[in-house]
Amino acid sequence: MRRLTSVISVILAVIALIAFAATPVLAQNEQFIPLLVYRTGPYAPNGIPTANGYVDYLRLLNARDGGLNDVKLAWEECETKYNTKIGVECYEKLKGNASLVNPYSTGITYQLIPKAPVDQVPIHSMGYGRTAAADGRIFKWAFNFPTTYWSQASAFVKYVGEQEGGMENLKGKKLALIYHNSPYGKEPIPTLTILAEKFGYDLKLLAVDHPGQEQKATWLQVRRYRPDWLFMWGWGVMNQVAIKEAAGIKFPMDHFIGVWWSGSESDVVPAGASAKGYKAGNFHGVGAGFPVHKDIVKHVYKGDEAAAKANNFGEVLYNRGIMNAVYDTEAIRTAMAKYGKKQMSGEQVRWGLENLDLTESRLNELGLEKFAQPIKVTCEDHEGNGPVFIQQWDGEKWGKISDWISPMRDVVRPQIEKAAAAFAQENNITPRDCASEN
Amino acid sequence: MLYRETGQFKTSYRRDQAIFPIAQDRWSIGIIIGIAYLVIPVIANEYWLQAILIPFLIFALAALGLNLLTGYAGQLSLGTGGFMAVGAYAAYKMTTAFPDVPILLVLLLSGVFAAAVGVIFGLPSLRIKGLYLAVATLAAQFFLIWLFNRVAWFYNYNPSGTITAPPRTFLGIMITGPEATATVRYLVALSFLIFFALVAKNLVRSEIGRTWMAIRDMDVAAEIIGIRPLTTKLSAFATSSFYCGVAGALLLFLYLGSVETLAFDITVSFEVLFMVIIGGMGSIMGSIIGAAFITFMPIFLTNAPHLIGVDIPVDLAKELEAIIFGGLIIVFLIVEPHGLARLWQIGKEKLRRWPFPY
Repeated sequence: MRRLTSVISVILAVIALIAFAATPVLAQNEQFIPLLVYRTGPYAPNGIPTANGYVDYLRLLNARDGGLNDVKLAWEECETKYNTKIGVECYEKLKGNASLVNPYSTGITYQLIPKAPVDQVPIHSMGYGRTAAADGRIFKWAFNFPTTYWSQASAFVKYVGEQEGGMENLKGKKLALIYHNSPYGKEPIPTLTILAEKFGYDLKLLAVDHPGQEQKATWLQVRRYRPDWLFMWGWGVMNQVAIKEAAGIKFPMDHFIGVWWSGSESDVVPAGASAKGYKAGNFHGVGAGFPVHKDIVKHVYKGDEAAAKANNFGEVLYNRGIMNAVYDTEAIRTAMAKYGKKQMSGEQVRWGLENLDLTESRLNELGLEKFAQPIKVTCEDHEGNGPVFIQQWDGEKWGKISDWISPMRDVVRPQIEKAAAAFAQENNITPRDCASEN
Repeated sequence: MLYRETGQFKTSYRRDQAIFPIAQDRWSIGIIIGIAYLVIPVIANEYWLQAILIPFLIFALAALGLNLLTGYAGQLSLGTGGFMAVGAYAAYKMTTAFPDVPILLVLLLSGVFAAAVGVIFGLPSLRIKGLYLAVATLAAQFFLIWLFNRVAWFYNYNPSGTITAPPRTFLGIMITGPEATATVRYLVALSFLIFFALVAKNLVRSEIGRTWMAIRDMDVAAEIIGIRPLTTKLSAFATSSFYCGVAGALLLFLYLGSVETLAFDITVSFEVLFMVIIGGMGSIMGSIIGAAFITFMPIFLTNAPHLIGVDIPVDLAKELEAIIFGGLIIVFLIVEPHGLARLWQIGKEKLRRWPFPY
């Protein structure tokens, strides 16, 4: 036993030395994108398809086009378990040479926003993160296009109004929000509260604590309150449980709308046939029928569709990964158009993100016809125009059932500016003058 | 040969009572502190400082706090995360309400708030013991987290419920906020740890520490010889929570920059408790070694396959890490139930006899 202890201590000492000597090594002359993924933990069912979609699109660009303008794309994954502390560790490890970072967690985004200007690494939190970051005058380094939680909440209310036959019919209706009790889940509350005053509906907030496996008490409240419409800001295992519980109390599924993070296959499949009719928001195409998918099968999987399917090919969150990769790489391309066809620095990619203009014809070129809406990011507006649509689960697959719904910009934007101004004041940030830039 | 106190005569009580009575110990501790202050800031890159060393120093402080309560006073607590949250939220509220108060004072005062809360939740310890007390402190953990999540006043009515450490300077040097360099933050965390470790060491050698240990070893006997359980137990809770509160405030201001309540959830309490158990109950050094083990090991295990050139998927690496880490904890507890601090002590004794062991 004594020998064992001394052996262990020696091993530990050696380990410590090796660890200290070795720091991450990054290749030169490649466009490096750090990937904070979560393929383990309670949120893995959502994290895996998103990460696979993102990586597959990068692999497609490398295989088909030789990267971006002959600059190869390089990436390294780091497992965060959706845990903020591990996420920060990952970011610190991979931030050298990083073009941009997708934190894939609202909690991690909050951590990185103050660091971004110092490290010169722009953040693209696509549709999540800090909503106020849409005000580019204050959040120079953070982007959340194509839309935000606040925009989406207002679009949901608009959709409900349409379904009820007009916004005036919202008066006296009962709306409930089931949310993940974290910064992410709390995001839509201010918007829904303001709209409740404006349209006269009654709002009930029901928090579900991390990770959300236990929701009996919440659904008891739903049964008591009997809402006309139910919104959900859930994530990971919480979604499946909520949909099952909703089916359990025979809640009308077509009156139950989830945020775009609560509307993927892994959320509804466990609930089986009873999930039929459940709706969710989305901002990109569903299914695997787009030209970009054909290219991925051809170039990345060498025509082996079964292998692609094993990597969540064509699922909602897989497509979200593609969407995210498209935005990021197009932003890098935009930067290259200005600064030359070479490796872009974080500062240059930031410019690319801020001047991203994805037109309809460009989307068609990329094989994304009808997959996404055109978007234009500006210095003031890091959110883009932000329309979303509603998709519905028919028991076997998701289908788009509504037109693109524009958010209520007149309500949301002043709130964004207010929140951004509060952040600026708390952190001594002077807003940029966008008119003098570019 | 090298490590032998032969010839070192203690000629006064003062010298006999020194923290490190052996000259070699004094020297090596001095050298370690010197390296920590002078060499590490120069050679370590930002990743090392920001992602590994700063959390280690902060968790070492929290483990030190819990060790005073659990290791020295014998009161098992699972409320560490909650008390750390009190410190973080108190510091945030104070510095946003009074931006002109020096930040170091704010960090210290946040410990006072945590101490007050700790005393309240320590009251049940007068009646209940052992595992039952752990359950009572667990209530503190859940209640405090719930409170900070529910009452919007604590996070200044910010829509997301996240608190962000504002930039603050001390003597003209940026200490918190994104502009503060990792080196400065590291040095601040290091100074806090060294100062409080010294305070803790002296506390446990003084009357108050001895009363804690008396209560731990046999509370009835302690009561009979005139130690008041009320003040003793509550002072242990207060001191421990003070340490945890300061650690929580440092976690927000020096390490994470912005936190939500999830950063202080029950897993943090367990993690700190594991640090104490693995490091060694009732040992100041043990708290620090335990914190080092728990913070460094997972990061090392995640990066290890990469270092030796094996490329395995990140998710598999993470699962392996959990398996190996769990296994190592069991191995250590079987090999040395008294923790790593005991191993350290055995090593020192061996060194004294080296090269002629008997």
